[in-house]
Amino acid sequence: MNRTLRAVLAAALLAASHAQAQLAIEITGGGGNQIPIAIAQFAGEPQLQPGISDVVEADLARSGRFKTLYAPSQNPALNDASNVDLAAWRSRNADALVVGGIYPAAGGRYEVRFRLYDVPKQVSLGGLSYTISREQARATAHRIADFIYEKLTGDKGVFSTRIAYVEKRGAQYRLMVADADGENAQAMLTSNEPIMSPAWSPDGSRLAYVSFQQKKPIIYVQRLSDTRQPTPAVNFRGSNSAPAWSPDGRSLAVALSRDGGTQLFLVGADGSGARRLTSSGGIDTEPVFSPDGQSIYFTSDRGGSPQIYRVSAGGGDVQRITFSGDYNVSPRVSPDGKTLAYVSRSGGRFQVAAMDLGTRQTQVLTDGSRDESPSFAPNGKMILYATDAGGRGVLAATSSDGRVKQRLSMPAADVREPAWGPYSPN
Amino acid sequence: MKKILLAAAWAAFAVTLLAGCQSTPDAEKPADVEDRTPGDKPPTTTVKPIPPSGPTGTAITDPSKDPRLKDPANILSKRSIYFDFDSDAIKAEFVPLVEAHAAFLRQYKTAKMLIQGNADDRGSREYNLGLGQRRADAVKKRLVLLGATESQIESVSLGEEKPVCTQQTEECWARNRRADILYGGEF
Repeated sequence: MNRTLRAVLAAALLAASHAQAQLAIEITGGGGNQIPIAIAQFAGEPQLQPGISDVVEADLARSGRFKTLYAPSQNPALNDASNVDLAAWRSRNADALVVGGIYPAAGGRYEVRFRLYDVPKQVSLGGLSYTISREQARATAHRIADFIYEKLTGDKGVFSTRIAYVEKRGAQYRLMVADADGENAQAMLTSNEPIMSPAWSPDGSRLAYVSFQQKKPIIYVQRLSDTRQPTPAVNFRGSNSAPAWSPDGRSLAVALSRDGGTQLFLVGADGSGARRLTSSGGIDTEPVFSPDGQSIYFTSDRGGSPQIYRVSAGGGDVQRITFSGDYNVSPRVSPDGKTLAYVSRSGGRFQVAAMDLGTRQTQVLTDGSRDESPSFAPNGKMILYATDAGGRGVLAATSSDGRVKQRLSMPAADVREPAWGPYSPN
Repeated sequence: MKKILLAAAWAAFAVTLLAGCQSTPDAEKPADVEDRTPGDKPPTTTVKPIPPSGPTGTAITDPSKDPRLKDPANILSKRSIYFDFDSDAIKAEFVPLVEAHAAFLRQYKTAKMLIQGNADDRGSREYNLGLGQRRADAVKKRLVLLGATESQIESVSLGEEKPVCTQQTEECWARNRRADILYGGEF
């Protein structure tokens, strides 16, 4: 048994090492107040693949907060030390300009330097230098995009983060981890049985998920660096599902049926010391911690229809949060704790909605009919979700105000259950 | 532990009586559930159910070998119970099926059963897992009411993850709102 599983896992890693079709990104909406930015091709750019300025430009465009302008090539190419004619860039309506260069360094490495200008103010907003290996070109471009995004919007960039999702290809299920732009997708686990509900540990080192490998739902916790078949973390009699990490990464809120029904419990990340959190005659599931760790939001149909409720992380009294409509599920709290994203059914359509937890005002963010599994970017500005395109599952993202949308699709696979990972440690 | 064994012995005795005295006392062979502690032994521990006979006349002691489970003409080969939308009520047409499986579990105290509940694929995967669990629990509860032992049955959910039908039609959704019965050796 174990040997078979190990073989399956080894095959999965092998498959992942052969480059698979990547997620292709398609921006399907537009937004107002975009910052016009020109990103000149870096001097010496062809030395590295992919082209760093290309990746930076794609990142910024995908965020929906920038309008990328055509930057004509110049001779000699602009670099980070060039004396830039900012007045000329002003006449092209650029508010910001990025220039940079790539220089050979010792030991076959490269130095990548860039500088960001505020064009109307005609000042430099700073720049950075990185000494990298050839393989780090893409990651470095994401770091540069993060720097630019933060300088110009005031919000931290998420271009260096990762996402997890489940892919179904034929009869095979794969738990995938990819860069936030869908590149570098790798299978963490391959199984002939379904996989669902991946959840990132707060430090990004582990994923908790539900596998049906043993003919029933069992929760596993797997290190991203671990290639061995993981052992079950939460495996009580009955069903074990819906893992959610506490902000300190020490415990999991989970849904268990071990005492009958589906109820919420708090367990150690290794499955130890289960403590019951809710007691209702209904289904209590989909727990998620508030960022301060004090409360847990969850789905319950204790009132007849599934709605979102809140309970203290220590258990106790339960407060109902959603009231409009007869189907509100899958709560997710924004990283600042102020917004609740969830899935709401209206007129037979399932869409992602957001509630301001201060004013309780709600807004529908997406326009699909089978939108599921919302997941906030760690800066709270985007929400990744699963939707349906021609009967096939695809991933999509919306800005948290609903104005910019994009779709990530992978040919020939059914993609679902996205989870946006935390900021990667520097 | 001793108490559990005693209780199990009494339950076995009671079930044997209820089952219409299919058993005969056998003083020489101790029952499966015997409590070996002297003094604690109630007289009923000498009651031993006799396994039923298969078509060949050989005594069957392994429940998974009972041919009725695979005989299309026997109700025990029917393993699926279908539910209405958002409901875990066992409809009248499935009551005979549940009763037959309860009798089987009463007959074979060593038989283990896994009930897998399912849901159609509309809405949240985790909430649908809860709906499937509710259906599996409903079948388990009915089996226990009909004399099966709680520890024989594990009720779990597959939610919307293992559909038998994938079209977006009411007929297809109805086929996925289902609980399936599996016996030890089948899962």
